[in-house]
Amino acid sequence: MARGQRVLEFRIPSDVQCIERVVEAVRGECRRLAYAEHQLSLNVPVALTEAISNAILRGNAQDERKSVVVVARVDAARLVIEVSDQGSGFDLVACTRDPTTPEALESEDGRGLFLMRKLMDEVERVSKRGRNVVRMTLRRAG
Amino acid sequence: MSYSISKQGDVSVVAIDGQLVVSNRQELKQGVLDSLEGGGRKFLVDFTDTSYIDSSGLGVLVSLSRKIRDHGGELRLAALNDDLRTLFELTKLDTLFQISDSRETALASF
Repeated sequence: MARGQRVLEFRIPSDVQCIERVVEAVRGECRRLAYAEHQLSLNVPVALTEAISNAILRGNAQDERKSVVVVARVDAARLVIEVSDQGSGFDLVACTRDPTTPEALESEDGRGLFLMRKLMDEVERVSKRGRNVVRMTLRRAG
Repeated sequence: MSYSISKQGDVSVVAIDGQLVVSNRQELKQGVLDSLEGGGRKFLVDFTDTSYIDSSGLGVLVSLSRKIRDHGGELRLAALNDDLRTLFELTKLDTLFQISDSRETALASF
């Protein structure tokens, strides 16, 4: 573990009502480390809400028997969040549509992955011990 | 999140307090649809007290805008903070909605 790094870990059921407390805890830790205001009010809450809701709604298909695990490693340099579900995984690049095209602009869905990639410095998908993991990295802005 | 819908003249003003996200979007959607069913045609969403919106929240606004337009009405937005403006610009939804700096300006524009 890097010096000064805090690790927050949550295991939540596939219920979107459980998202907010995880987001608030991670945001609180970033606030303690003086992350920039726009990162606290935009990048972290929106990208993390997207990642968890994607895991609940699509990865686990809201199956209450399945869980979502969130691990956030945060220090003064960066925040690294891993969100894992028990779904079959997906191709991050292929699934990221451009919601800004004229034909997609009035669609109700399809902005989640796009926003995660816009609001985080890095977004990648990995597989760990049979779980589908999305890893997001945000470098602290002073 | 909590929200209120009040009438200012013939405009239904929807004020959102807190975040508009996947866990509460249906509640807001139903409230606005009920007002639409009740005869409301001009809608203004006031974001003065809104913290953040996720893609589900944006999707609900797009969906409501379309439904209201189908009924011959219009949905406009007001008082987005810098973060919300960034979201609308990133997704180009700032080109879909008429956005005013304040509730007063928006009401005057209807």
